Amino acid sequence: MPKRTDIHKIMVIGSGPIIIGQAAEFDYAGTQACLSLREEGYEVVLVNSNPATIMTDTEIADKVYIEPITLEFVSRILRKERPDAILPTLGGQTGLNMAIELANDGILDELGIQLLGTKLSAIDQAEDRDLFRNLMRELNEPVPESDIVHTVDEALAFAEQAGYPVIVRPAFTMGGTGGGICNDPAELREIVAKGLKLSPVNQCLIEISIAGYKEIEYEVMRDSADNALVVCNMENFDPVGIHTGDSIVFAPTLTLTDHENQMLRDASLKIIRTLGIEGGCNVQLALDPNSFNYYVIEVNPRVSRSSALASKATGYPIAKIAAKIAVGLTLDEMINPVTGTTLAEFEPALDYVVAKIPRWPFDKFEKGDRQLGTQMKATGEVMAIGTNLEEALLKAVRSLEIGAEHMAKTASREADEVTLIDKITRAQDDRIFYLAEALRRGYTIEQLHDMTKINLYFLDVLMHIVELENTLEANKEDVAVLKEAKRYGFSDLAISRLWENDLADVRDLRAANGIRPVYKTVDTCAAEFESNTPYYYSTYSADNESMPSDKKTVLVLGSGPIRIGQGVEFDYTTVHSVKAIQQAGYEAIIMNNNPETVSTDFSISDKLYFEPLTLEDVLHVIDLEQPEGVIVQFGGQTAINLAEPLHALGIPILGTTVEDLDRAEDRDLFEQALTDLGIPQPEGFTAMSVEDTLQIPSKIGYPVLVRPSYVLGGRGMEIVDNDADLRSYMEDAMIASPDRPILIDHYVVGTEVEVDAICDGENVLIPGIMEHIERSGVHSGDSMAVYPSQSLSDEVKATIVDYTERLSFGLNCLGMMNIQFIVQDGQVYVIEVNPRASRTVPFLSKVTGIPMAQVATRAILGESIIDQGYQPGLYAEGNMVHVKAPVFSFTKLNLVDPQLGPEMKSTGEVMGSDINLQKALYKAFAGSNIHVNDFGNVLFTITKADVAESLALAQRFRQIGFSVMVTGDMQAEFEAAGIDTVAVTSNEVTDEKEIEQTLVNLITEERAQIIINTWGRARHDQNSGQLIRKAAIERGVPLLTSIDTAEAILYVLEDRGFQINALV
Amino acid sequence: MEKILLLETGETFYGEAFGATKEVIGEVVFSTGMTGYQESLTDQSYNGQMLTFTFPLIGNYGVNADDFESVDPTVKAIICREVARFPSNWRSKMSLDEFLVEYDIPGIKHIDTRQLTKTIRSHGTMKASLLNEGTDIEAALATLRATDLPTNQVAQVSTKTRYVNPNAGKNVVVVDFGLKHSILRELNKRECNVTVVPYDTTAQEILRLAPDGVMLTNGPGDPTSIPEALDMINEIQGKIPLFGICLGHQLLCLANGGETFKMKFGHRGFNHPVREIATGRIDFTSQNHGYAVDADSLVHTDLEITHIEINDETVEGVRHKTLPAFSVQYHPDAAPGPHDADHLFDRFIELMDNNKNLEGTI
Repeated sequence: MPKRTDIHKIMVIGSGPIIIGQAAEFDYAGTQACLSLREEGYEVVLVNSNPATIMTDTEIADKVYIEPITLEFVSRILRKERPDAILPTLGGQTGLNMAIELANDGILDELGIQLLGTKLSAIDQAEDRDLFRNLMRELNEPVPESDIVHTVDEALAFAEQAGYPVIVRPAFTMGGTGGGICNDPAELREIVAKGLKLSPVNQCLIEISIAGYKEIEYEVMRDSADNALVVCNMENFDPVGIHTGDSIVFAPTLTLTDHENQMLRDASLKIIRTLGIEGGCNVQLALDPNSFNYYVIEVNPRVSRSSALASKATGYPIAKIAAKIAVGLTLDEMINPVTGTTLAEFEPALDYVVAKIPRWPFDKFEKGDRQLGTQMKATGEVMAIGTNLEEALLKAVRSLEIGAEHMAKTASREADEVTLIDKITRAQDDRIFYLAEALRRGYTIEQLHDMTKINLYFLDVLMHIVELENTLEANKEDVAVLKEAKRYGFSDLAISRLWENDLADVRDLRAANGIRPVYKTVDTCAAEFESNTPYYYSTYSADNESMPSDKKTVLVLGSGPIRIGQGVEFDYTTVHSVKAIQQAGYEAIIMNNNPETVSTDFSISDKLYFEPLTLEDVLHVIDLEQPEGVIVQFGGQTAINLAEPLHALGIPILGTTVEDLDRAEDRDLFEQALTDLGIPQPEGFTAMSVEDTLQIPSKIGYPVLVRPSYVLGGRGMEIVDNDADLRSYMEDAMIASPDRPILIDHYVVGTEVEVDAICDGENVLIPGIMEHIERSGVHSGDSMAVYPSQSLSDEVKATIVDYTERLSFGLNCLGMMNIQFIVQDGQVYVIEVNPRASRTVPFLSKVTGIPMAQVATRAILGESIIDQGYQPGLYAEGNMVHVKAPVFSFTKLNLVDPQLGPEMKSTGEVMGSDINLQKALYKAFAGSNIHVNDFGNVLFTITKADVAESLALAQRFRQIGFSVMVTGDMQAEFEAAGIDTVAVTSNEVTDEKEIEQTLVNLITEERAQIIINTWGRARHDQNSGQLIRKAAIERGVPLLTSIDTAEAILYVLEDRGFQINALV
Repeated sequence: MEKILLLETGETFYGEAFGATKEVIGEVVFSTGMTGYQESLTDQSYNGQMLTFTFPLIGNYGVNADDFESVDPTVKAIICREVARFPSNWRSKMSLDEFLVEYDIPGIKHIDTRQLTKTIRSHGTMKASLLNEGTDIEAALATLRATDLPTNQVAQVSTKTRYVNPNAGKNVVVVDFGLKHSILRELNKRECNVTVVPYDTTAQEILRLAPDGVMLTNGPGDPTSIPEALDMINEIQGKIPLFGICLGHQLLCLANGGETFKMKFGHRGFNHPVREIATGRIDFTSQNHGYAVDADSLVHTDLEITHIEINDETVEGVRHKTLPAFSVQYHPDAAPGPHDADHLFDRFIELMDNNKNLEGTI
């Protein structure tokens, strides 16, 4: 069927900010979809609140709206743009929920706008648990015994009758938010109560547990002519019970016979046909490992994280094809873009195996609850391709960047027996390392199977790795054994550890014996047809398919898995760098291992190597391709960390030299550079021991900012104001990483300012100066940033420009540089320089219109800023105000304190733009899902230090009609300032726990509409207030842990209302 | 133990032996199916062939007692990338290696199967030798080149005596050219009372069984090497409804004046999309054939093309314009592969029903 001609203009809804459960995969899907629709001649209007995405680039859609994805704003855009249709199935759960809300509101009918892709009824049938179960019964497809509950009592009654354990899944929440497995009534009570609150329809599904079943997924597609196919099936390493987003996943299925595979394929196709989906759909099934019994667990009637994985695993671009299906094209009239010769009506055949491992944030959230269950906790994932499972797994492990170059971690190596067994039986993020360790210690695969229900075939793959370790150990520097180990994916580093020799020795032995990887093509068809897709993976085999180009090439290193502190922003900059390299006449080669992203779409670069980003893996590609050089500035810390070792081996690093990168990153060299350049910085020292450290505050004074050197996202950074806390911090830090120096700076309280600059060696272009809402002390990634700055004087700005230029030249920057300043009483200090693209590059690029990563890349390749059409210096500020606001995923991370501080905690960001700060802030809050009532109670739970500032805020809250709630100990001071307050705790109660519990109850009863909480910032009482914060997060009440954010909200509230003043 | 795959072109692939240890000569082909190795290697259409699996992990779920497609598999050899060390599935009775030893089928593993596949893709299917360590390659190549592969494959794999698979429904005579058990399973599911007869059974012998329908099965090799089947088909066609699968399809076409040709590297896998011309419906089909029917040759016959492969547009199905006879090049019986086309068995039942009704009215 040809494409529809009755529609011309289509709105695509994006997925908004990155949160756990909804990450970069929707930037990939959305970008593909927009381009795909434009390719067919449609006008595309895009709405997404997330500026750190490729899809919000103006080249991707005809009109790009970076506005909150809320009924209010999307309706406005619809009224203005009057599209003929909306495509809501590519923006994750956010896009789908928005579509439902718009439809329910009636605006779609009013404006005559159609929904493409999936009918509303199908969305309901797939997402509403009750309707879903009824549909499955009609189809004769088994679903686990279950019940829909609206109260805790209903849940208890079901479990009483069906038996424990039971699984709780709240309806319409993403990533299984709020769900879990319950073994007894107490657990059930807690989880259901939370789940009901989190579900927008106050509904939970409660079902019998089928833990231990194989978890299998099918990615299916269907078109309007009822052609349906399976793009890929996948099998989880972990049996049912762990969210698929938190499971290690293999593609295709590995332990299913054809009979089992076809049985589940039939079920999946029957479901997509019945739902009538036109596009992509994901079906999750549970298969009994001991019979043909199976259950349908879940259906996602849209493009999902799994479909991004399936696209990268097979090469088949699901989102691109789904978008074309949505406008009426059928699978048998579209070409398979991978082969270019066959049709899209095709089920890919793989001749390799794919392993995906999630990337969890527990390296940063050490206190977080690491237990895995039905609630997804991973922030990102890596994928690796191999021709055996051992190879795919080991490549995936070393792609994670968690300090594991092999199937082992220091903690797993050193674990005692009790810990080992605990780590195996209660699945956490690092279970696979403990499984391997148990095998090393003589456990059998059968024993581990009994403890975990993990399939013996998978456990034997781990066993094989352990056996190879033993063979290596017993046969040092044996070439045949080396060959065998490389074939099964061992890294040189792992081998050198086992051989107890130098890494270089292993590398040399390989070179001397010609042991090197070849590269194979991902072609969807197992080589049955010719295909020229430039999408490669390495393996140890005979025939190399990747031929170096005769054109000049540049290698760009990507940023690996999404984690806190290194998000989708770096994929954005990577993709932009590639574009610029191509514009400059080179071929661009990308190496990356993140299946969710745009950069790993094979159509982005001239060549894509889907590989781990370790020195060894990068060197292999360089050996083959012989690029002009490597660009490391755009792949975050992942790429920057590779600069020095690559340089040491004589590989040209393009842009700022390694020596100069080091001058920005090494504390002592950096201090020296600042001193030489005459730029003030907070006084600070480096210490290597507890004793050294304790001497320092006497020289610089408390409070001090302490942190380990060379870290991402402020990890391990704290503000400390006394000796006891400092000692305790140092003791912890020395245990964590004994060889790393600790940096101790005087903590300057002031306005934090951030600048991204581009330098071509001759001139510096400063696209903009961003001012943070939160004062220094809150990590820049967790602060709200405003552009243009609202409070800085021209003089301060001039100083900032001056320092930026001095630093650019002084550190011989070639390319990008990010500088963070603190301004205190007109005095400007430099606190940090990152000699690379930073997380603010996409935001600043969008608001200034300067494609910064591209300009920087072309500067690196020799084209001056002036030749590119830009004037050096500070770029002229526009009339609009833009706010970048952080977005957090605290609802998914139990035991992680939502208190903001020097350590980064946010997972994503949104942008709000308008004609003034208040309106821009309003949008930023709306976009980040913080909805504040116009009236109600504001609860102040603050420390003594914050009283003075709080009084002013309280006064203003009262002025617009809010009631002010305070703790009993504070009431006198508030009343003294003339603010009438309600004391919510009694002064007679002195027990802190009791006070906290009273406040928690108040929050749970929803008596406070805004909560300001600044307790627990000091190290000695960091648990203080945590229950309050947890309660606020759980009840979805706006929680402000910084006085500055509270003031920002106040601006919005004041601006939103009318003045209510009595006559005087 | 080292094992060597020597191609007719002189190319060699050094790998490791598994399964039986003997040396063999055969035609080397590849299949892109990612599951179903047990069904494939017991499929008699692979008689005399060395089967390469493009999916690199084979043997993961072992070999079970249920998924056989024939009693005595005659595939010449198995070529794999990796063979599972520890098969795991609830129905598994033995490992792939044990199975191959038991049935005296040699295997080679740890070779670059993608490179081999590409070689076959560009040179076409070819003869090859599977050799043991230490064999004189030059001599082996000379032997290989001088060897003519047998053309009596159907005779080798067809049943020697007729047998019955009783049930209460329609009488179906299945002419066994190398049948897959799944054809019997599908007929059984539809309650057909099946009599399986040898490939060289005459029309008279078949008609004497008073069948409601006759099924022409799949089988190995070149359809033109069994001309005796054509006379049988011509005599039965018009009297009894006919349904041909794979080789059976090619024979139906030849009997009606069509021609077949040898394909460069054939269709072997489960992801071949086939369009039914009349409805536009597309099924993903299980395929295993090295010969195909020439579309042009059908122009002046009484057959019309009903199905085509959507990529290379080869003939995938025909029916007689006036008589109750139809056939498909692929396997609606699946096993291994998708069940998309199993409705064709229902069509066969309908055809028999209609034919009966027709007889009744006369």
